[in-house]
Amino acid sequence: MGDLFVLAISCIFINNILLAQFLGNCPFLGTSKKMETAVGMAMAVVFVLVMAGIITWIVDVYLLKALNVEYLRTVSFILVIASLVQFVEMFLKKSIPGLYAGLGIFLPLITTNCAVMGVCLINIKEEYTFVQATVSSFAYAVGFGLALILFAGVRERINLARVPKPLQDTSIGLVTAGIIALTFMSFKGMV
Amino acid sequence: MAQSLAKEFTKGLWAEIPPFRLVLGLCPVLAVTKSVENGIGMGVATTFVLVFSNLLISLLRNVIPSKVRIACFIVIIATFVTIVELVMQAYTYELFLKLGIFIPLIVVNCIVLGRAEAFASKNGPVLSVADGLGIGLGFTLSLAALGAVREFIGNGTLTIWEGLPVFEMGGNFLPFQFMIEAPGAFVGLGLMLCLMNLIGKK
Repeated sequence: MGDLFVLAISCIFINNILLAQFLGNCPFLGTSKKMETAVGMAMAVVFVLVMAGIITWIVDVYLLKALNVEYLRTVSFILVIASLVQFVEMFLKKSIPGLYAGLGIFLPLITTNCAVMGVCLINIKEEYTFVQATVSSFAYAVGFGLALILFAGVRERINLARVPKPLQDTSIGLVTAGIIALTFMSFKGMV
Repeated sequence: MAQSLAKEFTKGLWAEIPPFRLVLGLCPVLAVTKSVENGIGMGVATTFVLVFSNLLISLLRNVIPSKVRIACFIVIIATFVTIVELVMQAYTYELFLKLGIFIPLIVVNCIVLGRAEAFASKNGPVLSVADGLGIGLGFTLSLAALGAVREFIGNGTLTIWEGLPVFEMGGNFLPFQFMIEAPGAFVGLGLMLCLMNLIGKK
């Protein structure tokens, strides 16, 4: 139990998926201009990443490794993620329309979010057990949401400031992300 | 014909150079640019995937039904990424280990899918290859440039291939390690983008 807790903490803070591992940076910059879209994206990622982490782990262990065709990992993972996203979208539309309205437009974007694919690959590379893989998928997703929402808050404030013209928009966004990454680096000595 | 070919090729080098003009595919840009060598390796791998997926998609553009085109594109791209993965594992194993999961992650690099959707699915094979080469070369140059800045400031060296330092600072140089660490990637790219905006304004 204690091990799992340490794993979760290190996935959320120390190895933060956005700021330390650099995965999922396109939606990080794309959806962080407004708090609303940032929250929507964060929730969609938590939702899909946990499911994708579990399913790809099962596919890898019981299908790819059992049949000795590990070289098909990239192709099969992207197919699993793409069809999962499609399936989740259809399911939500039918049964939980409220949630669908909130996550709607962010779901298709997740297929090409490298955070999802990246975490699935990390789970396999670190040879996690099933429980560890589930915990790490959830914790990485929470870390993604945390960093995204924090960044959106900072960015909304920047909109009110006078930024020199060449630095505007993405440029100042990246520099700000660097400073937030610096604060996350201070968690390094924790575990 | 030759003129439009040249145009498609050169637009990737300045007018639409990724990741500066098109802010896409940032993850590998930030993650692998600790040194020039990694940057070039990643850039070449991505260029290979770009050129061949562009070629195949533009050949198949009239066969693929438009409703399932994204899924088809992804499968084609994933196939070429698998080829790159296996080739790198066989011939440049050390670089393969350094780039780690970012090689399989070329599949979800928005630049590759973006070019497939925006260009290759609408144009002929020759133009698509020129477009892929141009964008790929631009991507490689950007990665190498950011890698050079980060490696020079953060480590005091410039390495082109396999631990061969082309340039080394003297003993008095104190490396500014911030640039090698994660935050340096964001700040470095942000400032380079700012510089591009300054030059591009003229």
